[in-house]
Amino acid sequence: MPTETRYNDMYSRSRRSALPADTAAPDFALRSTPDQWLTLGELLGQPVVLAFYPADWSPVCGDQMTLYNEILPEFQNLGAELVGISVDGAWCHAAFARDRKLHFPLLADFEPKGAVARQYGVYRDGDGVSERALFVIDANGTVHWSYVSPLGVNPGAAGILSALEGLQSKNEAK
Amino acid sequence: MIARAKLTLPDGNRDHIQGSLDAPIALVEYGDYECPFCGEVYLVVKAIQRALGNRLCFAFRHFPLTNVHPHAEHAAEAAEAAGAQGRFWEMHDMLFENQDALDDESLAQYAAALGLDEVRLIREVLAGAYAGRVREDFMSGVRGGVNGTPTLFINGERYDGARGLEPFLAALTRPEAL
Repeated sequence: MPTETRYNDMYSRSRRSALPADTAAPDFALRSTPDQWLTLGELLGQPVVLAFYPADWSPVCGDQMTLYNEILPEFQNLGAELVGISVDGAWCHAAFARDRKLHFPLLADFEPKGAVARQYGVYRDGDGVSERALFVIDANGTVHWSYVSPLGVNPGAAGILSALEGLQSKNEAK
Repeated sequence: MIARAKLTLPDGNRDHIQGSLDAPIALVEYGDYECPFCGEVYLVVKAIQRALGNRLCFAFRHFPLTNVHPHAEHAAEAAEAAGAQGRFWEMHDMLFENQDALDDESLAQYAAALGLDEVRLIREVLAGAYAGRVREDFMSGVRGGVNGTPTLFINGERYDGARGLEPFLAALTRPEAL
């Protein structure tokens, strides 16, 4: 796949290991726009999907965020909130979100750079970007599912939807 | 894995299919009529169909990325509406050959050019008569591992390789050779 090859040339191939299921999701406060902040605490009370990605504008990321944008109604049907996170700054996110007409927040893990990605185990030292990593966090702030995709491969949404459904049936069983 | 393969193999009960379901090679495309990469693959698929003849069964499912492609949803519904008048593939080809003009007025013109009842077609599109059907295709793709457009499945397996004629044709004929 040409895109994958480009990523392989650009970044190291070793993948970091994400915080596994059943660990507490570290809280964070990140800019969602140049003058607004969003914390994980504010989002909780419902399942939260965190989609870490390496960079705005790079081809696979665009497809991935564009895809999630189309699937937003399904995430909402499952009661979940989606946010994208990369090390890009808030102004860059704003331009990217406008261009792709995204209807969910992009958070800027910008200063200190990648601090939140580090806490989730998905920062790539040396490369200066995060992994392409997905987390489904339950309403109480515990990681229910996590997945790290090769940087050049768009993981799609099937895994997220299965995880959210798993979470829903777990709650119904309680 | 079985569930995924079922989602990504041609389904005679609902899919638009070219070729026989008994053909040894099954190709499913999830595509968007306004996506330029799908436009390129459209020509490659045509060449592949010529090369493989009755060894290939091809199914097309809708995967409109409506936020980046404002005309993709109506175009997909127009193909379905043409299908309701028995001319799905003719409209499918027309749309891919006119990717830069997919507004509602153009859709009506294409319907007329194909000898369809264009008033009925555009009325159905505007009423969203096939919106549910298009969304069904879309969600089957999401569940099956579609991650962008076009996404192609060869005998139920997602094909992530190069989409030029040669590598694609090689990938298609590999399972048959085994």
